This record gives sequence, C-alpha cells and structure tokens, in this order.
Amino acid sequence: MKGVRHYPGFLGLTILCLVILYAPLIVVMAYSFNGSTSITQWGGFSMRWYVDVFTGPDAKRFGQAAWNSITIALMAATAATIIATAAALAMVKGGRFRGRGASFALINLPLMVPEIVTAVASLIFFTAIGLTTGYGTILVAHMAFCIPFAFLPIAARLEGIEASYEQAARDLYATRAQAFRLILLPLLAPGLASGWLLAFIISLDDFIITNFVKGAGMETLPTAIFGSVKQGIKPNIMAISTLMLAVSVLFVTAAYLINRKGRQTP
Amino acid sequence: MAGGDDSWRPLAPRLLIPTWVVIGLFSLLPVILMAVYSFLTKEFRGGVIWDFTLAAYDQFFIDRGLFGDEPARLEWTYINIFGRSLLQAAICTALCLVVGFPTAWFIATRPARTRAVWLFLITIPYWVNLLIRTVSLKFLIRDNGPLNEALMSIGLTSGPLPLVNTNLAVQLGLFYSYLPFMVLPIYAAVERYNFALSEAAADLYASRWTTLREIVLPVVKPGIIAGCILVFVPALGAFLAPDLLGGAKTFMIGSLIEEQFKGSQGNWPFGAAVSMILLTLVLIALIFYARTAAREGAR
Repeated sequence: MKGVRHYPGFLGLTILCLVILYAPLIVVMAYSFNGSTSITQWGGFSMRWYVDVFTGPDAKRFGQAAWNSITIALMAATAATIIATAAALAMVKGGRFRGRGASFALINLPLMVPEIVTAVASLIFFTAIGLTTGYGTILVAHMAFCIPFAFLPIAARLEGIEASYEQAARDLYATRAQAFRLILLPLLAPGLASGWLLAFIISLDDFIITNFVKGAGMETLPTAIFGSVKQGIKPNIMAISTLMLAVSVLFVTAAYLINRKGRQTP
Repeated sequence: MAGGDDSWRPLAPRLLIPTWVVIGLFSLLPVILMAVYSFLTKEFRGGVIWDFTLAAYDQFFIDRGLFGDEPARLEWTYINIFGRSLLQAAICTALCLVVGFPTAWFIATRPARTRAVWLFLITIPYWVNLLIRTVSLKFLIRDNGPLNEALMSIGLTSGPLPLVNTNLAVQLGLFYSYLPFMVLPIYAAVERYNFALSEAAADLYASRWTTLREIVLPVVKPGIIAGCILVFVPALGAFLAPDLLGGAKTFMIGSLIEEQFKGSQGNWPFGAAVSMILLTLVLIALIFYARTAAREGAR
C-alpha cells in the first residue's frame, strides 16, 4: 500500500522547489545566446558573447581571473584533501584519545563560523602579521576553510570500510605502510575523489572571503564578475556564468558517478 | 564510529598536527585576534591603534547625540539592522522548511532509480556558484526583466512590479540561496525513517496528517533542526543577496560588516565588534542545536 508514503500536494511543492531553483539559471543560459547587445531584447540565437568572453575587451581581465581561480582551487583542494585524510584517519580509526573532541570541533570550526566573520578575521590576521594580501593569502585562507568540506566525504567513506581488510593484510605480513597503500588507500579512493571535488568547487565558488583577503588589483573569477555586475548585468557576464554553470554540472556529475561506482565495490 | 584500531591509535595525535596547524593558525587564531581588535581604537584610513577601549561596542549600543554631549540613550540604528537580519533569516528558514520538507519527503519516497535523479536535480544548484545564482535571480526579477515582461504580457500586471531593492527581493534571494541546505538533511532523515511506523498509525485509524504530525515529524526532527541551522546561520550573515538584490532600506548585517572594511571610510574595531555580536548569536543558535540533538540522542 502506497498510502502512508503519499501526501497530496507534496509533488506540487517539489515541482515548485525545482522551478524556483532552476528558472533563473535557465533564463540566464537562454539570454547568454542572445544576439542583441541589449539585455532586454531578443536578437536571435548567437554565440557572439562566447566569442566576446575569449576575445573581447574584458577577455584579458577575466582570463587572468579564471587562471587565478583555477590554480588556487587546485592547490587549496589538494592540500585540504591531504590534511583532511590524515585527520579522518585519526578521527575514525584512532579510537578514543586525548583531544579528540577538541579536534573534532576544530575541524568543523570553518563550517560553524559565518563566512563573513571568517573573512573579517582573516583580513585582520593577515594585516596584523604584516602579510601583503594577494594570491598567497587567498590560497592560505581557502586551504583552511576547504578542510571540513574534504573531511566529510572522506570520513564517511572511511567509516564504511571494515577494519578486517587491513587486518587480513597485516596477518599476511604486510607492513603498516603496505597495508595502507595497497588496501586502505584504494578502498578510500572514491571518498578522496569526492572530498577533493567538493573542496575544489568550494574554493572556486568562494566570493566573500576572497573579496576580503584579495588585496588591490588581484581578482578571482567571482570577484571579477561581482565587480562587473556592480555596473549592470552585461551579456558577456551571462556567457561566463553559463560556462561556470557547465563546469559545476560537470563536476557534480563526476562526483555522483564516482560515488555510485564506489558503492558497487565494497 | 568504527571503533579503535590498535595500529592507528598511537598515530592519531600526529595525524592531526597538520589540521591543528592550518585551521588553528588560519581560522581559530584570526577569530581570537578579531575579538581583540574589537576592543582597539580606530585609526583613520582603516586599521587600528593598539589602545584598548570599549568605543566600538559603545558605538553599537549607545547613542550620545551628534556631538557626544547628550545623555546616553539606546542606539537603535544597528539593533534595527540586526532585528531585520534576524527576521529575514527566520522567515527564510520557515519558508525553506515549508517547501523543503515536502520536497525531501517526496524524493525520499520515490523508488530507488528515480530517487537518484530527483536528488541529483536538487543537488546541482547547491554546487552552482552562489554569486552566479544571485545575479541570475536579479536578471530574472528586475524591472524590465523576463518575469515582469511575462506578467505584463499575460495581463496580470499593467506595469512592472518593482521587486528589486525591496525586502521581498532579498527574501526571495535568501530563500533561493539556501533552499538546498534544508532539503538535503531532511532527505537524509526521511530516508532512514521506518515506514512501518506510519502503517501502524494508519492501522490504528490515524489520518494521514495526524500521522505526519504525531509520528513522522518527531522521528525526523533531528534532520529538520539540522536543516534549519544550515539555513538560518548563513542567511543571518548573508552578504550577496542583500547587496545585489536589496537597497539602503534592506541593509543587513553582512553589508554593515563589509562597509567597515572598505577603503578609508571604514572602522575596523567597529566591524570586528559587529562580527563578534553576529558570532555570539550564531553560537547561541548552535548551542541550542547541540542541546536539542543531545536530548534527541538520549531518548
């Protein structure tokens, strides 16, 4: 009997939920192919704004910003994944030890503090210790707040791996390093991949913290877009937005497929 | 917890060193330093002088008139901004719950195959850049934007609805930004819900809605509370939605803080003090959450 699962109106609200979430994105995607220079009038289908993104007057600025965004996200996500993996191993497999609770709170700290507060605190910290804000400070700030995002999927995956696999390897005279490298690490791989992807997207998307610690003249893609949008939404911004949207969808699809594959193997 | 694994136990403290160094140095220490800064004296052109004072908190709470010589009264300007932010965040949380719970329930009760597709559809916007989503929303609802054009062309409104720069637009932006944060934890809770409980209630002649109220809601409550916290906390300190969709009348905490660090008009100690007050409110919300979660866990 399907009765107890069914509530009238719930389908309608779900559809409403999806319409609200998707309508703005779809509208911007559609208008990014608008041939007209006006954002209100439809001038026929055209790829001109995509050409404009790569060759137009803003191309150099956005290109540099995109390069900064991607290199920072690559480094921050990789560092955060390594640190989070070590932390997950300690938290999941280390049993009870002194400082476990405090460590857990610390890992989750960047999630609990509102982003704008982290942004303010980071700016104050970098200024107080005399660091010039710029590429380096963005990288360091991203690294710190990406750790919990990488930690969550890695720890979740690790919880699902029974100790018996590693135990079996040790019984067969594998050293601890061998058991880790040959048994645990491959089993953990889907968690590492999702953790890395999540950290990468979080870093790539960040606006508020970056905006505070970027310093003068330094831009990442979101801060460059924000600066542009302040003077009005132009068609090239819609093309850039659509491209970034496509990248996000690619990433979420990749994470989803990796996770599904991971679930089929033990 | 998977339980202790003897070969890992001695390594645990060392494995946590990088986390302590990075988060401790670049997240915890900055927050402590921010607390110190909120008690310092403001330097013109941004920055601080190392002179301890309560001036920043005084400016927040107490009004001494334009020249500072009138008797002290309660300053309402900033309390009003906090009040508006709290109200907006609370409305946003309630709206997200009203739409998010049915959505989460609907998805969790689909057959495994279609459930993955629905879930995938809900997760995609969560991964899309928040700035791009907010800009898209502004594009959609602006005065001569597609929404107003559509409303006018079907004759629902005669002129454009002035949505941008209103509290309504900011609310829509907040709702739209944080809706997935509500759906996902409730979904996780409903997925674990044992539907035999609902069947038992139905066998005992409870109506569908009585079952929902008396059985389902108490059981999935941890998921609901988690969702509410995940929406309320970022909505309270939101910057993008109020900044891009709102105007001077819809000013929220995020913009107030940001202003204090912008150029030479800024006041760093005051910005730090406002951040401290925001952080205190968030901590109260989190402690409330932790206590409720602990009570639910104990049952």
